[in-house]
Amino acid sequence: MSREPVAVTGIGQTHHAAARRDVSLAGLVREAALRALEDAELTWADVEAVVIGKAPDFFEGVMTPELYLADALGTAGKPLTRVHTAGSVGGSTALVAADLVAARVHRTVLAVAFEKQSESNAMWGLSLPVPFQQPLLAGAGGFFAPHVRAYIRRTGAPGTTGTLVAYKDRRNALKNPYAHLHEHDITLETVRSSPMLWDPVRYSETCPSSDGACAMVLTDRAGAARAPAPPAWLHGGAMRSEPTLFAGKDFVSPRAGRDCAADVYRQAGVTDPRREIDVAELYVPFSWYEPMWLENLGFAAEGEGWKLTEAGATELDGALPVNPSGGVLSTNPIGASGMLRFAEAALQVRGRAGEHQVPDARRALGHAYGGGAQFFSMWLVAASPPVT
Amino acid sequence: MLVRLDGADTALLHALDAPHAGAVRTGMRVRVRWADRREGAITDIACFEPYDGPVTHEAVPHDGSFPDPVTSLAAPARLEYTYTAGRAQTRYLDGLARREVLGERCPSCRKVYVPPRGACPTCGVATTEPAAPGPRGTVTTFCVVNIKAKGLDIDVPYVYAHIALDGADLALHARIGGIPYDQVRMGMRVEPVWTGDGRHPDHYRPTGEPDADYDTYRRLL
Amino acid sequence: MTPPRDVAVVAYARTDHQGPAEGLSEAETLLPVLHEVLDRAGLAPGEADFTCSGSSDYLAGRPFSFTLTLDAVGAWPPIAESHVEMDGAWALYEAWVKILTGRADTALVYAHGKPSAGDPRDVLTRTLDPYYLAPLWPEPASLAALQARALADAGHTAGPDPAADPLAGPPAVADGAAAVVLAAGDAARRMCGRPAWIRGADHRVEPHALGLRDLTDSPSTRLAAERAGAFRAPVDTAELHVPFAAQDVVLRRALRLDDTVTVNPSGAAAGPLMVAGLIRLGEAAARIHRGASDRALAHATSGPCLQHNLVAVLEGDA
Repeated sequence: MSREPVAVTGIGQTHHAAARRDVSLAGLVREAALRALEDAELTWADVEAVVIGKAPDFFEGVMTPELYLADALGTAGKPLTRVHTAGSVGGSTALVAADLVAARVHRTVLAVAFEKQSESNAMWGLSLPVPFQQPLLAGAGGFFAPHVRAYIRRTGAPGTTGTLVAYKDRRNALKNPYAHLHEHDITLETVRSSPMLWDPVRYSETCPSSDGACAMVLTDRAGAARAPAPPAWLHGGAMRSEPTLFAGKDFVSPRAGRDCAADVYRQAGVTDPRREIDVAELYVPFSWYEPMWLENLGFAAEGEGWKLTEAGATELDGALPVNPSGGVLSTNPIGASGMLRFAEAALQVRGRAGEHQVPDARRALGHAYGGGAQFFSMWLVAASPPVT
Repeated sequence: MLVRLDGADTALLHALDAPHAGAVRTGMRVRVRWADRREGAITDIACFEPYDGPVTHEAVPHDGSFPDPVTSLAAPARLEYTYTAGRAQTRYLDGLARREVLGERCPSCRKVYVPPRGACPTCGVATTEPAAPGPRGTVTTFCVVNIKAKGLDIDVPYVYAHIALDGADLALHARIGGIPYDQVRMGMRVEPVWTGDGRHPDHYRPTGEPDADYDTYRRLL
Repeated sequence: MTPPRDVAVVAYARTDHQGPAEGLSEAETLLPVLHEVLDRAGLAPGEADFTCSGSSDYLAGRPFSFTLTLDAVGAWPPIAESHVEMDGAWALYEAWVKILTGRADTALVYAHGKPSAGDPRDVLTRTLDPYYLAPLWPEPASLAALQARALADAGHTAGPDPAADPLAGPPAVADGAAAVVLAAGDAARRMCGRPAWIRGADHRVEPHALGLRDLTDSPSTRLAAERAGAFRAPVDTAELHVPFAAQDVVLRRALRLDDTVTVNPSGAAAGPLMVAGLIRLGEAAARIHRGASDRALAHATSGPCLQHNLVAVLEGDA
């Protein structure tokens, strides 16, 4: 049983912002898609199938928007699929598209993920009263903050580790022209003194709400050979889910995340992630999730993730740069955020990350999660093709 | 109906104001009836109406620019839904009405779920065996909420906590009251407080017992 | 180049045609359906290599609504799982592709729809172009009527029952769930006496605006059927997802179904939204399992007036 190697030959994203009032929904996805096609020097006609992903439709007020977007994405007469796996959807979308190429069902597939959450109201969409449950919280931060507290208690980490992450990611974003937040005057002090929203998570340690889209062209070996620039090659990809709430769930380091990473590493032949992976784009919507995911993904031993952050290892010029793009903390169109992680990982190994390029990045991990930390999708890409 | 405007190659969907169904036939001529107030939306065309006239118009070039282009439109939408609690949740809600917090035990893994959901999420089997955890429990973790959410009638700051009732195998979520927010700690022992005719306990308050040892609840984190 | 794997539908189950019992939650509705399909396939909860489902938040009136049904799946230890915000037929397609990649040998596919939670006539208007169509709140039946009118004008009204109301739509909002198990090669043969092999599957979408399309035809259905290999040999059965009766004649023509084909033996009425297409696939497969069919077409549709169509070709061993 042989799978077709999958290459990413085109990557595009929008200029992310709190509200992109200059484009319609169609305009937003086309902006990213056209950039990806241009990057690959392809036209709409070269795309055989489109896989589109986004989070709940309440965020834009349009149900099953792929039907309306069919025209804008040039899909008349083509297959079109809409993936929805909560926050991990951007990643899942890329993996579904990759499967179409790997299974040789299609040769060139366009993967698109987006969210135009300013059109409706993301806070409202995330806080719709759950029937029969007592309304206690609004927004996602309050849901995750107690788990951050549990992590701090478990590990004995200093209370300020999270602020280091926020400061780093927002500074990295200054080198990413597409990022939403460009906080030119940010200092560690401004982060540390920002209002506490859900103790222990501060305002500056919280992801923004953004409008944005991301697109990638995935193709086979023949497509990669025709591509104008070096592709990123897929070496491993996996999805894992666990129930939202269950007895014995580890909220701090969910097993689904660990299992997902293990599967990806196994596929890619990685046995020592810290040494073998050059850069990681991890889904960090609240600062403390960087040290938590470092442990969950095997970059650090259990209880030690915060030490990598504190030591500066995850800085752009550190031993294991994390989120050189600025990450979810700087840009968060919910449906696209996962794909942005996957795309930024691919940009790194293609050497096309511009000012936030990590020198000599040959292997990169893209990571996405969603739900109550229960849906995970990850991929590992490299500068050279996988050994088949 | 679908109408192909003179000079167009494709048809537009809109409404037609016709005296009765019999007055409508494919091929009939119609024209726009504009809305009195126009806001830059498809509804600026109030509808179409029958019009007995020949084709007089051809498509003419337009450069696509307008003196004040429409850049957004507000499209309010209201949908009503009726939600079903399901058997397990209904039992739970009925219990709450009696000021009891009821759970369910999975026949396979024997874990007690509160609130119950009718299915054990790890085993994928129906949970029908009733269990009565609590009423007291332990705060496993929490956060202090400082932003008042629209529509939530709770003053900030308040403590949003995970509470593992005695006998339950996972924590439920509730507000802590009856203690200054900065004195709440992991391991604190609490009990429910019902007020008025609220469906759920209004909050959980300290029982005054010594805090639970970290090892007794760390697996619930 | 190794040939593509043989993948089959080996088991199928659904809620009752009348709809599930009253007062059940999503997980409670789905649980017996999953148990039945897993029992038939000989799999334990959580054992399938890949799980994929279809459902819609707008239909349920809740964001992230698919997480509710996950409780019924037994996702522990963690499972490889995905979800499409579409009819379960497309979840089956995703699972089929996953097995073709070789990363899974078995898959559980399910769909759940509870249209009775809201009013689907209003809810479905939200699926339309938000700038030009949705503000007019055109109900699905109204749009289907345009298609019926176009057919009448073109002289194509002869359907299975000319006296039937061409606007006859789905029955009063039946809720429900359905599930299938897919398996590859030898696994399929172990799980099922006569697997329904997926010889081909494909789906195609058309432009969204009705005014851009020929409503008397379904080119996407024809193209999907062609790519799925439907026309390579005659079929004896076709299970079609027909939300409105007038669309029946359009689909029959696009799929070149003549009188020798038994159409919709499982029933003419479309099933619950988000489940109806998966039901057609499951019913066609079940017919093959029983030996009542040797080669069948199954079809699913989405969007106004058959905008998006999926066709699968299923065959049983001789």
